[in-house]
Amino acid sequence: MAAAEGSGVGGAAKPLFAGLSDVSISEDIPVEGEITVPVGSQSPDEDYSTLDEPVRDTIMRDLKAVGKKFVHVMYPKKSSALLRDWDLWGPLVLCVSLALMLQDGSADSKDDGGPQFAEVFVIIWFGAVVITLNSKLLGGTISFFQSLCVLGYCVLPLTVAMLVCRLVLLAGSGTVSFIVRLIVVIAMFGWSTLASTAFLADSQPPNRKALVVYPIFLFYFVISWMILTFTPQ
Amino acid sequence: MENMDDTSGSSFEDMGEMHQRMKEEEEEEEAEGEAGAAEEEDGEFLGMKGLRGQLGRQVADQMWQVGKRQASKAFSLYANIDILRPYFDVEPVQVRTRLLESMIPVKMINFPQKIAGELYGPLMLVFTLVAILLHGMKTSDTIIREGTLMGTAIGTCFGYWLGVSSFIYFLAYLCNAQITMVQMLSLLGYGLFGHCITLFVTYNIHFHSLFYIFWLGVGGLSTLRMVAVLVSRTVGHTQRLILCGTLAALHMLFLLYLHFAYHKVVEGILDTLEGPNMPPFQRVARDIPVVSNAILNTTAKAVALTL
Repeated sequence: MAAAEGSGVGGAAKPLFAGLSDVSISEDIPVEGEITVPVGSQSPDEDYSTLDEPVRDTIMRDLKAVGKKFVHVMYPKKSSALLRDWDLWGPLVLCVSLALMLQDGSADSKDDGGPQFAEVFVIIWFGAVVITLNSKLLGGTISFFQSLCVLGYCVLPLTVAMLVCRLVLLAGSGTVSFIVRLIVVIAMFGWSTLASTAFLADSQPPNRKALVVYPIFLFYFVISWMILTFTPQ
Repeated sequence: MENMDDTSGSSFEDMGEMHQRMKEEEEEEEAEGEAGAAEEEDGEFLGMKGLRGQLGRQVADQMWQVGKRQASKAFSLYANIDILRPYFDVEPVQVRTRLLESMIPVKMINFPQKIAGELYGPLMLVFTLVAILLHGMKTSDTIIREGTLMGTAIGTCFGYWLGVSSFIYFLAYLCNAQITMVQMLSLLGYGLFGHCITLFVTYNIHFHSLFYIFWLGVGGLSTLRMVAVLVSRTVGHTQRLILCGTLAALHMLFLLYLHFAYHKVVEGILDTLEGPNMPPFQRVARDIPVVSNAILNTTAKAVALTL
């Protein structure tokens, strides 16, 4: 993990005092003599401050990072970009949009068998927390929020599936439309599971991958099943 | 967006370090406190300034206490995860064999049977049961007022698992059976495997005869397995009867409850019996308004007359 960290290039965002990481001082040796810290000597580009940059740049940089992660989920390669700098903006956006789209069917009718906004929201976050704790307990080397980030971003295919389902449902609801929805949801469910395991599998002990994958499978299965059974009233 | 060092599993060591540092700081704080006491004597001469200093120190002290409490709470949570870790130390093959074994009752009651003290399998089975229940509720169009389906499903499953485990553990303590709480949780958790299979099949295929066959066959086998284990670990006929009778009854009835509480057919019957087809109870209009009107009229007239 440390090697991956060292070799990874964080794009625009690099630590300000990158040179400091070279200096390592053991605690029991008293520090003396002339000490020079090579700040700013490596490259002049690095010590630019984000304090006086336009707000637009800041927002665009973050948005770009989120967008890049979306692309990573859609092309799940072996990459640690999702892990290295995690954020919860993407998961929040995906979760809220999915919940809103699922909510619509039961918004106006009082007797709702349909999923409610809070329910979807809770399922996604609670499920992600449970999976994370489980992987921690099984001895995975991954931090809590990294795992939440990966699981949240991997909801993206299912959100796309929901979008497609709504479009299909606009066209009409019959056997054909159900079959189309079934195929789309199953494909996206597989995609989500594969993507999240591709990101998370490296951090797990190799002999226990199946134990970690099972709750992930269950989590995405419940979500995709909710999407499949959704019908606007 | 910059969380470079939040990788790797070294967070526990970090926490440990933090804890140690916290302790050191605490000691420093105490030393400072002693120094502060000496300062306080000076402060009395300084009057207002001393008072302000005292106030500031008090506030800082309070903040420190609150911060310390929260930090130690977070630390104990992490420590708890470490405590739980041994119970999740399993291989996929072990889980598979234990799942299969949970359906095979072993007739050996002279020697205590082994129970694995493991929680991964049971926990996953409970979550699977939650998912299956959710599915059953959705297909049966169950309507729950003042609560979500998800909450109800989680509450039911975890409530049963933890509640019945503690209850049987208590009974086992009374009946002098040799079993620990973790073993009880594991035993009952793996016993839910039969429930999962039965409910998953019967929520999708609606035949009552099929359900009863599954109930007796699959549910019965997993119950028998648990009963056999408990019998082998208890001494005395009465104790065995009490313990195993309670467990078997609870386990089988729970399966019946789960099946029928969230089933399409029963839902339909209930609807026809007492459902929304019945007209709502209506308040019958009485003559009271007329009377009150009359009274009002007379009083108004009386008022008019006196005026």
